[in-house]
Amino acid sequence: MKRLILPLSLLLLLSGCSASGNWGWYVIDPRTPGGWTNIKFLVSGMGATILISVIAAAISIVLGLIVALPSQSSNRWLRLLNRVYVEFIRSIPLLPMLFWVFYGLPIVFKSIGLNIPIDPFWGAIITLAISDSAFTAEIYRSGIQSIARGQSEAAQTVGLNYYQTMRYVILPQALRRILPPLANQFIYIVKMSAFASVIGMQELTRRANELVVTEYRPLEIYSLLIVEYLVLVLLISAGVRWLERRMGADERL
Amino acid sequence: MDDPAIQLVAVNKWFGDFHVLKDISLTVGSGEKVVICGPSGSGKSTVVRCINKLEEHQSGTIHLYGKELTNDPNSVASIQGDVGMVFQQFNLFPHLSVLDNLTLGPIKARGLSRVEAEDRARHYLTRVRIPEQADKLPKQLSGGQQQRVAIARSLCMEPKVLLFDEPTSALDPEMIAEVLDVMVELALEGMTMIVVTHEMGFARKVADQMVFMDQGEIVEHGSPGEFFGNPRTARCQKFLGQILQH
Repeated sequence: MKRLILPLSLLLLLSGCSASGNWGWYVIDPRTPGGWTNIKFLVSGMGATILISVIAAAISIVLGLIVALPSQSSNRWLRLLNRVYVEFIRSIPLLPMLFWVFYGLPIVFKSIGLNIPIDPFWGAIITLAISDSAFTAEIYRSGIQSIARGQSEAAQTVGLNYYQTMRYVILPQALRRILPPLANQFIYIVKMSAFASVIGMQELTRRANELVVTEYRPLEIYSLLIVEYLVLVLLISAGVRWLERRMGADERL
Repeated sequence: MDDPAIQLVAVNKWFGDFHVLKDISLTVGSGEKVVICGPSGSGKSTVVRCINKLEEHQSGTIHLYGKELTNDPNSVASIQGDVGMVFQQFNLFPHLSVLDNLTLGPIKARGLSRVEAEDRARHYLTRVRIPEQADKLPKQLSGGQQQRVAIARSLCMEPKVLLFDEPTSALDPEMIAEVLDVMVELALEGMTMIVVTHEMGFARKVADQMVFMDQGEIVEHGSPGEFFGNPRTARCQKFLGQILQH
């Protein structure tokens, strides 16, 4: 009985999704012209999803490091600055932050005399990057703290300044350790980019939503959407494994 | 008169409430070798760490060749590199090859070209008798070899003073001699050295001054002859008795 619960509830769920109670895979059947058109329409959101995610992740990786460095300072005000940023930013759910950036930020700009419009593309990127940077910063912090104190002491005794110590001694070692959690965050960004659909960004999820409205076949269309994200994430995983091998992050030092 | 290489006058340091260094005064002439020993927790490592500013002292003065060390970052930057340090745990950079460990400081901090820095690195690797290990990673070397790389790394900065913080304490017994041999050679060539160690054979061979510390104070201070022949304090006698009986 127990073994049947999962398939049964799944079936229940699926039948509820499908309008007529029947499967309707024709809607994304590549053998029919209509199905093929639909598939092309759905997959055409891929470029935007990838672009948003990659740019947001790139910004987050730089911003996260900038946010993380003060956490290692001997100055308590700098450490406080880091804490406030991390605690505040990571407490904001992505959706309200997205609305705030997209609808609110232009008003903030206007009130200080600037006229900077925010389109869905940059609205999504700014939101994802800022939201993610709080998490990236914590990953950096743990990575930097995991490097033994003797390393920065040795760097000092061969005359390296703070920047050089970070650049040549601490970060190269920390990066090898934090590559897996950073990759995790990248996957998280790719999935969270689906929220960009609600401010009208034409990415994977938006395409799916639009097609559902015209075809009324949510089960089949969202199934394909899930597969699209799966393919993206698997590609990222393979890329990260390759990078880990190249950086030697899979070896112990 | 020339300024002494290192001069500490009434240096005090606290870790919170704990008084780790109590009125430490010590003068080291250029080319002199000082061996500091004492039980663990006596503050001997902290003394050398104050001299190269890995730790801040709270009162008293430290002069290096007549120049006072303050806690101002410029003062700190000016000495690091001039004062070499060899650590108990080697602290080699594990992600860099032996050669890159040696050239990092000279290239980035001293502005040498890669070719110059590599020439210098190979020269000092030969001095510590491991020229053939240049392209390996630190983890591929034995402990004794790693410590010799660490010594070579300090020498590549051509420091005026070399500090050793228990350089053989983390080594297997059979590797201690190879490191001590290198240190004796350096001493004989006239390097100014302060060595925290319990290797009394080494101390007898090279030391100009012996310092015994206990509970943050210099308890006994003198030439090796007086120190080993006729220790004045009971604490020092007891300590020497403990480490020399085996």
